Amino acid sequence: MTTSFIHPALILICGALLLPCIKEPFRKLYLCSVPLLTFLDVIYLNWHPGVHGVVLFMGDWTLTFGRVDNLSMIFGFIMALMAIIGTVYGLHVRDNWQHIAAWFYVAGSLGVIYSGDYLVLFLFWEIMAFASTFLIWFNTDKGALAAGYRYLLVHTFGGVLLLLGFVLRYQATGDLSFVQLDEQSTQLFTWLIMAGLMLNAAVPPLHSWLPDAYSKATVTGAVFMCAFTTKTAVYTLARAFAGFDILIVLGVVMAIYGIVYAMMENDIRKLLGWEIVSQVGYMVAGVGIGTALAINGTCAHAFAHILYKGLLFMAAGAVIHSTGKSKFTELGGLYRKMPNTLFFMVIGGISVSAFPFFSGFVSKSMIITASFESHFMVTGFLLTLVSIGTFLVAGLRLPYLIFFGEDRCSIETHAKATDPPWNMHMAMAAAAFLCLLIGSYLPFLYTMLPNPEVTYHPYGAYHLSETLQILAFSALAFIFLKAKLGAKASISLDLDWFYRMAGRGFLWLAQNPIQWIDTAWGSAYRVVGLYSLMVTAKFWSWFDWHAIDGVVDGSARCVQAFGRRVTVVLQKGHIQQTIYFSVTFAAVLLISYVCL
Amino acid sequence: MIVKFIDYLQERLQTVKVLSAIAIAIMLVWTIVGVDTSHAHTWMEAHIPGFWALFTLLACFVLIFFAKWFGNSGIMTREDYYDD
Repeated sequence: MTTSFIHPALILICGALLLPCIKEPFRKLYLCSVPLLTFLDVIYLNWHPGVHGVVLFMGDWTLTFGRVDNLSMIFGFIMALMAIIGTVYGLHVRDNWQHIAAWFYVAGSLGVIYSGDYLVLFLFWEIMAFASTFLIWFNTDKGALAAGYRYLLVHTFGGVLLLLGFVLRYQATGDLSFVQLDEQSTQLFTWLIMAGLMLNAAVPPLHSWLPDAYSKATVTGAVFMCAFTTKTAVYTLARAFAGFDILIVLGVVMAIYGIVYAMMENDIRKLLGWEIVSQVGYMVAGVGIGTALAINGTCAHAFAHILYKGLLFMAAGAVIHSTGKSKFTELGGLYRKMPNTLFFMVIGGISVSAFPFFSGFVSKSMIITASFESHFMVTGFLLTLVSIGTFLVAGLRLPYLIFFGEDRCSIETHAKATDPPWNMHMAMAAAAFLCLLIGSYLPFLYTMLPNPEVTYHPYGAYHLSETLQILAFSALAFIFLKAKLGAKASISLDLDWFYRMAGRGFLWLAQNPIQWIDTAWGSAYRVVGLYSLMVTAKFWSWFDWHAIDGVVDGSARCVQAFGRRVTVVLQKGHIQQTIYFSVTFAAVLLISYVCL
Repeated sequence: MIVKFIDYLQERLQTVKVLSAIAIAIMLVWTIVGVDTSHAHTWMEAHIPGFWALFTLLACFVLIFFAKWFGNSGIMTREDYYDD
């Protein structure tokens, strides 16, 4: 191990462990400085690419903690950056445990990104899953506890798939290194590893956990969650499954699926969760296309996505933080009360919708262009269709239903609605600035992309005209069709129905037939078992008393009676007689000894 | 400031609408006349004027009505569905 290598995750973990010892007035400063230090460490690592932190483990295995290459650099950078923004956003939270969970979660993500083998990957993978579960459990709202359990169970299942996959691979090849897998000779382990990674990327049919969990997390927890799990999974897919054609199909299905559900959704954060599913669909498709441009597009889009989705979650969180409401049916017309939040949400919305000069414009189009250039025409058109849906949903429907249109707020909600504390403002402003920076100053993002030899120019006249047509006519369609996208008090059934119902079925099974059998068994035992036991016990008690005790007592009485007889005959109290018996006995013994 | 700006626009809604329509029209004319489509990826893009505008309108209709139909087919249900 090189001495200069300090794992960024280690800084966060140590920082989290020390946090309870830090008191005000230094606490806020400390909260900011730990992720900042992590970020500086990541930048330092990016200057020193190579393989660091190689440890020999139990003789046979080499663990690689620090593989710093083109792909891990950009992901490490954005994750550490988002950790700063997320922590600043949650600066007002007094509960140290929430910060600790969030930092462990980010540490898990960074650990996965820099890991070079499956053992290290799995260790950090599970840290991520467990730490993030607490970000849901810390929410005291109704349903958060159950959602946390569902999240944990689903991720444990995913972890087991991954574990099975890489253990089988180790058995077959003796190799634990986390590298690109071969599409030509796929084995069972290839699919198991892929399924394990895809679960975290929320690829259908393994996606339902995402909107379910993210809508139930704490306000600040959701800001962390929206960034790390899925994008870390995208990184792992890009690392191991670049060019797997099946991912193109799944990515497109995912993008469409997410946007359709987002159109029906009533909960703000669930809508944003569906948006994540949809946007990660682009990245998964990009990984599936697998060309240098597509991988660049995937990384660029993940980078941009973390910032604008973080911004949208922060703005949505600000609404929930101040009003306590998260449903469109309980919000509306709030622009006068929360103008700054509106501003930031719109910046996030136009970034995700790929407005020129904002981040989505320079990242999303790269994947679409890559699909056209690789002659996946249908993919290209479908992804463009989804980007139209994205503008409808995140750019128009979301701000419209919260801040404009019909006012569906109660009087209390209206009274409570106000722009959030300064720290939330700062975090949102930073994210908004970065969205603008990425879209306007291309080298900032493009120099970090893993395949620098590929050039891409988003600001061509044709791309601009295409985007402007899309935006203008989506807005036009929205104006005429917005009634169809209105707020409706409902939830949308999804594939989680199956495991929720299976869970409920299991509970029913436990509460009814299994409970009945248990009760019946208890009664039968009481009636048959206990009665027969008592009868047997009584018999043995009688037997013990009369037979055993009779024999024992009888022999004791015999010995006693015999002893008494002996006493009567031999010990009459006459000393000469006693001496006579003793001497005779001694003489007999002596004679016997001599004779024999 | 933001509130004032929004209110300012809302008071002049008709003007905003007309200006937007003019802007869209100019954009469309520029798209059809001024943009070189020879490097477009598909034949449709290169030869149908305002292809993406048409595609967008079609996509909006398809997405919105599909979501509506899909939701009404039993996917959208009451909020306390999982509670009882």
